[in-house]
Amino acid sequence: MKLNLPRLLLGLTCLLIAIWLVAPTLIIIPMSFAGKKSLVFPPQGFSLQWYENFFTNPQWFGSLIVSAKVAVMVSVVATVIGTMAAIGIERMRGRAAGIIRAVLITPMIVPGVVLAVGIYAVYLDTRLVGTWTGYVLAHTLLAIPFVVIAVGANLAVFDERLETAAASLGASRLTTFFTITLPLILPGILSGALFAFVTSFDEVIVSLFITSPQLKTLPVQIFSSMTRDADPTVAAVGSLIFLATSLIIGLGLIFGMRGRRV
Amino acid sequence: MTLNTSTKGAAIDIRGVSKFYGSFTALDDISLRVEPGEFMSFLGPSGSGKTTTLNLIAGFTDLSAGEIRLGEQSIGHVPAHKRNIGVVFQHYALFPHMSVAQNVAYPLKQRGIAKAERARAVDRALQKVQLDKFAHRYPSELSGGQQQRVALARAMVFTPSLLLMDEPLGALDKKLREVLQLEIRRIHRELGSTFVYVTHDQEEALVLSDRIAVFNKGRIEQVGSGHQLYTRPETLFVGQFIGESSVLRGVHRAGGTETALTVAGTTLVAPGQAKTDAAHVILLRPESVMVQASGTGLKDGMTNILGGTVREMLYLGAAMKYEVTLADGSHVIARTPTQDEPFAIGSAVELAWNPKDGTLLADDGSTAGHEG
Repeated sequence: MKLNLPRLLLGLTCLLIAIWLVAPTLIIIPMSFAGKKSLVFPPQGFSLQWYENFFTNPQWFGSLIVSAKVAVMVSVVATVIGTMAAIGIERMRGRAAGIIRAVLITPMIVPGVVLAVGIYAVYLDTRLVGTWTGYVLAHTLLAIPFVVIAVGANLAVFDERLETAAASLGASRLTTFFTITLPLILPGILSGALFAFVTSFDEVIVSLFITSPQLKTLPVQIFSSMTRDADPTVAAVGSLIFLATSLIIGLGLIFGMRGRRV
Repeated sequence: MTLNTSTKGAAIDIRGVSKFYGSFTALDDISLRVEPGEFMSFLGPSGSGKTTTLNLIAGFTDLSAGEIRLGEQSIGHVPAHKRNIGVVFQHYALFPHMSVAQNVAYPLKQRGIAKAERARAVDRALQKVQLDKFAHRYPSELSGGQQQRVALARAMVFTPSLLLMDEPLGALDKKLREVLQLEIRRIHRELGSTFVYVTHDQEEALVLSDRIAVFNKGRIEQVGSGHQLYTRPETLFVGQFIGESSVLRGVHRAGGTETALTVAGTTLVAPGQAKTDAAHVILLRPESVMVQASGTGLKDGMTNILGGTVREMLYLGAAMKYEVTLADGSHVIARTPTQDEPFAIGSAVELAWNPKDGTLLADDGSTAGHEG
């Protein structure tokens, strides 16, 4: 068989890009099993102590719980507000709708540091630094654009005439929303909620500004741990999050495929 | 709550209804009464106001002026979901996330009807449209014709006294349309509800309706049975929109019970009096025009005679169709029984008809040709 040079080059290029994309993520897995307290690659020795440290050290595990709680609250609040906003924008049309949409999406465009400084200044005055409310408000602000975009994309293909039909069949506007509109834009709402959760869960810039020793999110804990000492617990956390996200996305793909009957 | 299974159609009274969109007048002071149990079609070109009128009756758009009564009740300002009117849409509008049975059960659920009775009513409605075997399918698994049958079942399952249909067969092919037309007629007979059917297809309107309201430019031109509209159109628009016709334009001279109209140098007689000095026309149906050899002259009371040249001759089996060009360049269509020796294209002929078969109408500027 003759060697096909162009194909070989293409394959090689793809392989290199793939390695380039996943290597930084994969490299932390062996590092998390390091024997000694140093974050180096290749790791030396083998132990599970960093996983143990993560689950037993309140500094680490506590911050995971904080992050999870904040992210759940953010995904609920941002999904409700973002969905209502997306529906409002879709129904308004015209120039005003375009402006409102642009305003809602700005947190995505404005550099994180700028936003963080602004939020910090306001929070200092209103004593929101290091509070649950502070985290949820700030992260919701950042998450709303994702919900507006995801739900908006779903609404753009939603047939509004179905709502007219429901009205003719005796359904009030509220009933129509819950029995017709909501089920049909649910995929958009769910992906918006997922985006909101993730946005909050790995938000680091704003969180660094508004954090307090009592209430710290996981990314802040990782960041401060990295700047203080090279604790391989960071690699253990990274591996766990990588595993969790892979599982969630995998399951999402499987159920997403199945849900596409309509 | 239980279902009222015996429906009586309700009358619709539309009184002085207008609809404006900004400075655009979509409907201009319309009045119309649909009798209980009647099958009424709204016929007209797109943009004539027929769908706007339907949307006003259904409550999908707000009235600008006037009143609409359904039976004894004024419904002009009742929200759509409280009007209890069934609507069938051109685009089916089935809920894609519900099965056929769930779609049909939807209006019953809104009315709080118990589960067992709901199931019975759904079954009955699906049987009526011959889809009882498809209850558990989803709309995406059905053909266009089947989907529209489901929509029909869903619109009538709650036995509304009025059923509105907005070009329900517009998206289907001709064969399927004809089958469903017959089904809609049968269902109308069985239900006894009042039906209002919007279409731009004059043949469909003729086949289905007891009466037809012809819409044009936001007004109703004429209301009547298909026969009335065909034989006694009141406006040139109606005459041309319903069926085939030829229009003779000329200079008229009023006199007595008849009007003389000079067309292409020949004086013709039309029944009735021109009411104004404005331009008038004679509208001719193809079957009332006789084609004869030049120089034949008067025969059987066919006292209107016009000379012309055969431009086109079509053999249609039982009949033949001629298109004859007159001296002034206009055309007349004539349909005659099949002749053994038809006139060849290019031959000079005479067109003859009985004056009472022509219709004298004011020239409102409409030109031939419908959309459907």
